[in-house]
Amino acid sequence: MQVPAQFEYERATSVEHAIALLQRHGPESRVVAGGHSLIPMMKLRIANPETLIDINDLDELTTIRLEGGELRLGAMVRHAALLDSAVVGEHFAIFHDAERVIADPVVRNRGTVGGSLCQADPSEDLSAAFTAVGAVAVIQGPDGTREVPVREFHTGPYQTVVGDAELLVEIRVPIRPGGGSAYVKVERRVGDWSVTAAGAALWLDGETVTDVGIGLTAVGAEHFAAPEAEQYLRGRPATEESYAEAGRLAAEHCNPTADQRGPVDYKRHLAGELTVRALRRATARARGEAIEGA
Amino acid sequence: MTTTEDARTGVADTGVASTEVAASTPMGYGSMRRKEDARFIRGQGHYLDDIVIPGMLHSAILRSPLAHARILSIDTSAAEAHPKVKAVITGETLAGLGLAWMPTLSHDVQAVLATDKVRFQGQEVAFVVAEDRYAARDALGLIEVEYEPLDPVIDAKHALDPEAPVIRDDLEGRTDNHLFDWEAGDSAATDAIFASADVVSECDMLYPRSHPAPMETCGSIASMDKVTGKLTVHTTTQAPHAHRTVYAMVAGLPEHKIQIIAPDIGGGFGNKVGIYPGYVCAVVGSIVTGKPVKWVEDRSENLMSTSFARDYHMHGEIAATKDGKLLGVRVKVLADHGAFNGTAQPSKMPAGLFHVFSGSYDMAAAHCAVTGVYTNKSPGGVAYACSFRITEAVYLIERLVDVLARDQGWDPAELRMKNLLRSEQFPYTTALGWEYDSGDYPATFQKALDIAGYDELRAEQREKRARGELMGIGISFFTEAVGAGPRKTMDILGLGMADGAELRIHPTGKAVLRLSCMTQGQGHETTFAQIVAEELGISPDDIEVVQGDTDQTPFGLGTYGSRSTPVSGAAAAMVARKVRERARIVAAAMLEVSADDLEWEKGGFHVKGDPSAARTMTEIAMAAHSDLELPDGVEGHLDATCVYNPPNLTYPCGAYICVVDVDGGTGQVKVRRFVAVDDCGVRINPMIVEGQVHGGLADGIGMALMEVMAFDPDGNHLGASFMDYLLPTSMECPSWELGETVTPSPHHPIGAKGVGESATVGSPPAVVNAVLDAIGVRHADMPLTPAHVWRAMQGRPLRTDLAIG
Repeated sequence: MQVPAQFEYERATSVEHAIALLQRHGPESRVVAGGHSLIPMMKLRIANPETLIDINDLDELTTIRLEGGELRLGAMVRHAALLDSAVVGEHFAIFHDAERVIADPVVRNRGTVGGSLCQADPSEDLSAAFTAVGAVAVIQGPDGTREVPVREFHTGPYQTVVGDAELLVEIRVPIRPGGGSAYVKVERRVGDWSVTAAGAALWLDGETVTDVGIGLTAVGAEHFAAPEAEQYLRGRPATEESYAEAGRLAAEHCNPTADQRGPVDYKRHLAGELTVRALRRATARARGEAIEGA
Repeated sequence: MTTTEDARTGVADTGVASTEVAASTPMGYGSMRRKEDARFIRGQGHYLDDIVIPGMLHSAILRSPLAHARILSIDTSAAEAHPKVKAVITGETLAGLGLAWMPTLSHDVQAVLATDKVRFQGQEVAFVVAEDRYAARDALGLIEVEYEPLDPVIDAKHALDPEAPVIRDDLEGRTDNHLFDWEAGDSAATDAIFASADVVSECDMLYPRSHPAPMETCGSIASMDKVTGKLTVHTTTQAPHAHRTVYAMVAGLPEHKIQIIAPDIGGGFGNKVGIYPGYVCAVVGSIVTGKPVKWVEDRSENLMSTSFARDYHMHGEIAATKDGKLLGVRVKVLADHGAFNGTAQPSKMPAGLFHVFSGSYDMAAAHCAVTGVYTNKSPGGVAYACSFRITEAVYLIERLVDVLARDQGWDPAELRMKNLLRSEQFPYTTALGWEYDSGDYPATFQKALDIAGYDELRAEQREKRARGELMGIGISFFTEAVGAGPRKTMDILGLGMADGAELRIHPTGKAVLRLSCMTQGQGHETTFAQIVAEELGISPDDIEVVQGDTDQTPFGLGTYGSRSTPVSGAAAAMVARKVRERARIVAAAMLEVSADDLEWEKGGFHVKGDPSAARTMTEIAMAAHSDLELPDGVEGHLDATCVYNPPNLTYPCGAYICVVDVDGGTGQVKVRRFVAVDDCGVRINPMIVEGQVHGGLADGIGMALMEVMAFDPDGNHLGASFMDYLLPTSMECPSWELGETVTPSPHHPIGAKGVGESATVGSPPAVVNAVLDAIGVRHADMPLTPAHVWRAMQGRPLRTDLAIG
């Protein structure tokens, strides 16, 4: 049986308390939220934190609300809550697309939005989705809060800008009219990590793409983004031709590595193919068209 | 359907499988809910890891991180100094006891704990016994092993290269990695047929290394009583008696002082046939510490070190006339057996029953040549529900038939129908020497075609192709050979494959049946009670089935290779018939008539011509234990024992049709429909049969689309967790469409054939044939993951047994 090494356990009662605990226990402590990545890693002894700081009692981080023209998601919002939220679906269908293909219902009941971002697994789905919609992370530390665009949040695989004594507390997504969004993923089996996935959020003025965000999962895209494809699309007509070129650019500029999910050429192909499919789907939503399976 | 007669007639007439469960318990055969599920669905099953024995210690195994390396030193001092550690055992410790190596089931030896070298990643190096499982794991990190890395042999195709490192230098005089050469069939006759055949198709194909992956991993609790000298081992075994005999032979312990107890088992699929180093170490740990020692492997250990399955590289050829009459088949196999030859087959058959590969077709000649090699991978080669390599055989022939059909532009259904054995040809002796017992293959196949609506599916496929959509239809027709086996031809370690059974009727007419086989979830407690019920007219609810405890059950070789119903099931029927004949004598004494004047009607005897002069089994049972005067030489009580030596295997068959849709842009496969018509002879409990078929069909989707254990060039195992080794879920499975035909086996006492592995054997080629049909590719190996489908469509298929580069 896989069992973790010995560790100390603290249960935070507030955000401030969690930060104080982080300060007290130092860099060898880890925050545990849903625990569906950290605990398995501890059982495999890949992760051996000296102290676990449990933030599951921080109810103040579980809210989903509209405020200041933004969708604001507490870091402790469970995947299942994000999937269940009508408000989220109304404004950002991309999150419902993504949540439907994240792990399985048991994991989604426990895993959290903030935990996913902070785990920073290159195959994790929400990072690309937040990248596509231009979200901003709110990070709190001993000296107050700071805001970091999600596109600057990740510093590498399993690494983020969140400091040793800091906690991700909220993710904010600006709401703009005229948009649609979607997330498309290829997996070997339901519940598996992405072979490759793409998310797209775009805004139309008539038949012209006024703005677009494209996120890519598991293909080594810096900050999970496809800026060349986005740059190309802005101001262009929302047509198959434009999307094909955007897909080509997304594929060209990502940097996948081979593993048992697939070789480099396949993942690169998928980056393009799924970018096109996500753009197509987002466009249909922006136009208010019915979508199969949505 | 409340009576057996109704149930059997319904099955035979309509041919439509029924899982309808009777409102009351049937007095014999028929669908009834499983007796064991009363505890399982309440979470009250009692598995190995649920068992706690007072004073019990825990253990953990240190495993090799390298695939091939010389051990220079092992320092256990820090681990031994851990306050909760009770013992640290190494290969050196075992060597002192003569236990560092143990015999495998295939004429080889296997390291219990490595002494000289490690030969696969995950090999057992040291064993820690501690007060709790946390301390045992912690102590593993305190053991220092110094390795000298050696080049590993990973690609079986290069195992026999002259420059390949010799893996088994422990074996005296060994200079290469060659394990065995084995042939079956008439080589010259086969070559002659191929030389004159109108058409020949050939294909290279791999049945990749996979794993049984039962939900429960393997484990044991060894408890040596120093006073009585008795060793009790609670363990996850599919073959308790075989384990006891092997423990006696390996450890030199007296067999009567060994008790093996298998508790509830959470799936076996062949994974729980063998004896693993952890079991032996637990025994040694108990002897050393004087306490019971529990060893339970974790998921990664299970996947990395125990009993892989398959791993056959096959080059197959098939010959036919220009009219589509199959003439012969020949195959060369390169079999990757890993670092030790631990495959579990009848001991005279190094490729198991692979030579049933001429399949379900009337063919004049067939020949195979199998070469086994050592590689730096885990040992094993048992089952995964493969009926001793029939999975590989069926995959080979069913792929070859499709390849031939494609090469010649023939419809794969027509080609099969034209060549299937006809019912009047049975018993049929194949070109490879098997005597198939019974079947009506064209009827079974036609039923599947009808359920699927084959012609309509082909029409739909044509329309879709015209629109650029990829839809595929895949067919497989299999013949299984199960129920090993006749003692004269089949044995394991010299133990003939016959099974015992003991039946005792209590004074009140209730019964206890003791069996040598061991359920792992198949529902034996129900099925075997129904077999006795059918013979004696005692309700299955009133029959207790005992298995798993060697002190409580007769000798026999256990449950694997779909042998429980064919062998132990026959033993149960035969022992019930013996009891019935004893009951006849008692009834004759009760009625004061000659035994010959009595007639049996299920549940009792009556005087011929006078149904009112009758005695029920309940009355007879009480009388047998009473002061009733019995004829001279007739003992009281009502019981019997029996050993059943099967005269032949049983040969179930089936026709499977799979329909898939493929997304050409991503390579994703959606299994849309799966039709499975099985003929396993008489069905004892149709609901349980269908459950077995469901599981096997899911296995087939797993094999075909996602399951594989690949290795990188350093010998790292790339499927060592359930994140990496993917098992199918309900989401990948369509709602199965089942059918059945019933041709009883003429040489089984109740006409039943095994079915446990049928669907696992038959389904993978149906899925693969469907996917390849959809994408218009002649061949690509399993698993057909999205990446592999996409690459195959471009004519650049992957080597699925190696790391994707």
